[in-house]
Amino acid sequence: MAGIATLLGRAVTSPLVLIARVLDPVLRLWQRRTGTGGMIALFLLPNMAVFGVFVIIPLILNFAYSLTGGAEILLGDRRYVGPEQYGRLLDCRNYLEPLSCREDQFWTAVRNTTIFVTFQVSLMVTVSMITALILNRNIAGRGFFRAVFFFPVLLSPVVVGLIWRWILQRDGLLNLIVTTFGGNPVVWLNDRFYAFAAAVGVSTWAHMGFFTLILLAGLQAIPKDLYEAAEMDATPPARVFWRITLPLLGPNLAVVLVLALIKGVQIFDEAYVLTGGGPGTATMFMTQYIYEVGFASILRNPGLAAAASILMGAVLVVLTLVQLGLSKRAERARER
Amino acid sequence: MSRILTFLTRRRGHGGRWHWTDVVTWVWLVGGTVLMFGPALWLISSSLKGPAQLAEFPPTLLPYVQEVVTVEGHAQPLPLFAVTLDDGSTRVMAQVRRVGANAQMIDPANPAERLNVPIANRTPVRHVGVATSNYTDPFLAFDFLRYLWNSVFVTTVATLLTLLTNSMAAFALSKYRFRGRDAVLLVIVGTLMVPLSVILVPLYSVVSATGLMNSLWGVILPTIATPTGVFLLRQYMLTIPDDLIEAARMDHASEWQIYWRIILPLTAPALAVLAIFSVVWRWNDFLWPLIVLSRRELYTLQIGLNTYAGELNVQWHYILSMTVVTMIPVVLVFVFLQRFITTGIAGAGVK
Repeated sequence: MAGIATLLGRAVTSPLVLIARVLDPVLRLWQRRTGTGGMIALFLLPNMAVFGVFVIIPLILNFAYSLTGGAEILLGDRRYVGPEQYGRLLDCRNYLEPLSCREDQFWTAVRNTTIFVTFQVSLMVTVSMITALILNRNIAGRGFFRAVFFFPVLLSPVVVGLIWRWILQRDGLLNLIVTTFGGNPVVWLNDRFYAFAAAVGVSTWAHMGFFTLILLAGLQAIPKDLYEAAEMDATPPARVFWRITLPLLGPNLAVVLVLALIKGVQIFDEAYVLTGGGPGTATMFMTQYIYEVGFASILRNPGLAAAASILMGAVLVVLTLVQLGLSKRAERARER
Repeated sequence: MSRILTFLTRRRGHGGRWHWTDVVTWVWLVGGTVLMFGPALWLISSSLKGPAQLAEFPPTLLPYVQEVVTVEGHAQPLPLFAVTLDDGSTRVMAQVRRVGANAQMIDPANPAERLNVPIANRTPVRHVGVATSNYTDPFLAFDFLRYLWNSVFVTTVATLLTLLTNSMAAFALSKYRFRGRDAVLLVIVGTLMVPLSVILVPLYSVVSATGLMNSLWGVILPTIATPTGVFLLRQYMLTIPDDLIEAARMDHASEWQIYWRIILPLTAPALAVLAIFSVVWRWNDFLWPLIVLSRRELYTLQIGLNTYAGELNVQWHYILSMTVVTMIPVVLVFVFLQRFITTGIAGAGVK
């Protein structure tokens, strides 16, 4: 293991050193002219420039976009319409009934995303929690099994989507299993209910390994002597779980919950490759709505997409602030 | 053997007896292993089947190839079938052609005699084997090689630039005290909170304004400044003693030399971890390249695959094999370097 680490470290460092060596004479001159302060600025410049141009400027421009109308993509060609796009998104007779809204697609996406997040996050937290608890036991081959659950995390969303599309197709593996047990084959992804369930299940399959790792790290940080004391008192396992494990894991569990929420709200890639949002709009989620209204559809309306993304961003900011607060608390709990 | 069994069934604190939780544990672990690896193995097995076999139901677990035979008087090799005759006996025969629900069969040993057999009475003679053309065809006929190259280019260049810019920023933020340092750190934390889907529309506009639309650089540049990377490297650099830097300054080393002669080599382990992360991220990127690249010859593997899979007439036998090829680098990372990533995530909670 150490061999690979050293080798890899050397392999990635040497091209960097090579580039740096080439730049050396120029930067020596730069330091002579601007001093250490100039060098600090130079060290920070590339990163800050990228953040500035590709994150901060777009963030500001997003508000400008949301106040303009028309199908033109470049901001300069667009006309100012004020808060019209927000009005259009929020124009609704009954918020629970997407078809009664002016932007029924938006509200369908909102509804789908809400249902998706509810089920996916509950499933994700439950499954990762069980897996983490099991991996925390004194079992043979623990390192191997920890790796097993992590495998899908590395796969690209396109690969994940295609693998499952292939399993769920009419002549696929799932139908082989279903017919072996005497059932009738189903075209899973053509059915609104099954397609939605597939999106929930596949995204859980793809990401649960990540959350399992965080929970496992939390479990391993719980002092062992607590368990030893419980064992000496012959405390029943269920009680150990409710009285020791859960309270001490609480902060980690909360972080995982909110992190899963943040990721769940943004669901796009694997669901898009798996179902394409269909059948109909049964699995169209927020990010897909933004993508299609902003770029893909014939009736594209970047202003509307920007307004929708700002509304989604507001939800995410709230969730992120909650998460930051919880992580701080988790860290403090660990220090104690 | 028995020692292995004892090791595998070793229990803690129950006096060697199996507790119900042990049963649950192993059912969960074995079931999980099947569920996590099974789909990928199914993909690999399917990718080795020919188009005719892929259209079959029920599908077989292993790929098979039809046996063929060369018969005098026929230019093409003929497929072999086991034919059940009217009297109930079975013979292995070669199929000349199929007409409706009947097939014309000949005995390879006696090519003159032709037999008309209903297709329901014949089953193909097959053996386990692979359809390698699924893998060779895309390399020759499609833009697949082009996509592969684009993906390799984007991944390599983006990773190199990520390491360079992030290590520079991390160096400045860990080894210098200057006014506004906390503000810079705050900006970096802030960017962590801005997901791509929220700034999709204006980011497109910025990329077009900078002339990076439909260029691989438009895919690379927005990704190279990763907050995660800066934090990971900074955390590591904070552990490097400042005495080393002071000593180098005594020897009249420039700040840039301190960065690349001292800091970079010492940060190698953290750089390696970030490199693995970056390779996986960039190789797997989907939404952003989907927006930036609209010319086919610039597609990365992920975009190319999605386009093929979205066509009206999906050629699954090629898509499956290309999916396997797309999976290879990530599987290599998993097999050899998984430990670095998992410890990285467990330590920092980053993804």
